[in-house]
Amino acid sequence: MPLDDELSDLNPLELDALKEVASIGAGNAATSLSRMIDSKIEMSVPKVDILPVADVPEIIGGAEKLIAAVLVRIEGEINGGVLFTLDTASANLLIELLTGMDINIEEEMGELEASALKEIGNILTGANLNAFSKMLNIKIKPQVPALAYDMSGAILEVCFIELGQVGDYALVIETDFLSDLEEDINGNFFLIPNPDSLQVILNKLGVSDV
Amino acid sequence: MSKRIRVRMADIKVGQADDIIITSGLGSCIGLTLYDSRTKVGGMAHIMLPKFPANKKKGNPAKYADTAIEMLLEQLESKGINKRRLEAKMAGGAQMFNLVNTNSKMRIGARNIEAVKEELNNYKIPLLGSEVGENYGRTMEFYTKTGEAKIKTVKHDDIIL
Repeated sequence: MPLDDELSDLNPLELDALKEVASIGAGNAATSLSRMIDSKIEMSVPKVDILPVADVPEIIGGAEKLIAAVLVRIEGEINGGVLFTLDTASANLLIELLTGMDINIEEEMGELEASALKEIGNILTGANLNAFSKMLNIKIKPQVPALAYDMSGAILEVCFIELGQVGDYALVIETDFLSDLEEDINGNFFLIPNPDSLQVILNKLGVSDV
Repeated sequence: MSKRIRVRMADIKVGQADDIIITSGLGSCIGLTLYDSRTKVGGMAHIMLPKFPANKKKGNPAKYADTAIEMLLEQLESKGINKRRLEAKMAGGAQMFNLVNTNSKMRIGARNIEAVKEELNNYKIPLLGSEVGENYGRTMEFYTKTGEAKIKTVKHDDIIL
């Protein structure tokens, strides 16, 4: 069955089940981040949506908006990727909290900045994936994180296409950060399973009628 | 009156005279323009993938290089252009993430570039300018008045094709 049919066939029960797992993942990630930067961080209840692929860049504020993005591919019983995005100010803030250095990635994205961002992405996606792995009782192998700092449209487009969401619609599991820091952290998680893996997840959740 | 015409992902638009046709945030996708300088009619496609899948009956033709070019040609011809006068420009096809173990299947950008070139060759449309590959995103603005395409990026100066 083509992915588009499959996606548009997802019923409210299946979407809710996905949301449930995503919530636990986001909670885990928030705890890890709080610990890492020693400030209270929470995550919003994830939004689970099926969107036309062309609308995806709008989620982050337009296709030309600059974002730092860490992509972690996943392999194992489910394949695809987890994408973690931050706007420029939030990326600077998190790097500063982590390294104690005053940073502006818009001026320079050096080794230090890049590895700090990858590390943050790694820890957050790892915490998130752990929840999925436990709840679904499946093995997920995260790969080495990759970093890009560029237009959100270009980054999201590549992730959705390359990870196999080649249909006209994309499954987007999106979580926002809420922090008690003076400045907001504007970040998002996207879980992008490939089409077969989406089926595996639904089967494991026991909500698939296939 | 000049119009700013937005081309979304997997979308095709045509314009003429003072129009500016724009597509933002090209990653591995290709922005392809076809232009007839005599009538000042031009069009742009935002292509996502190389080929319309053989096992699929329906799908958005604007998404694939082979079917998008065909569709763009049809729309331009309905505006009265002569196919033999058309010239092409393209941008995009980047690899945004440097990944370890990137296999060839993952290099969609490079495959898109090849597919578009091949189709242009089939239709014997000359490719007058291209700014493709590398690892950065691009925005493409096409001016139907002059046939110029401006490529904007985050890290580099604007390029005029």
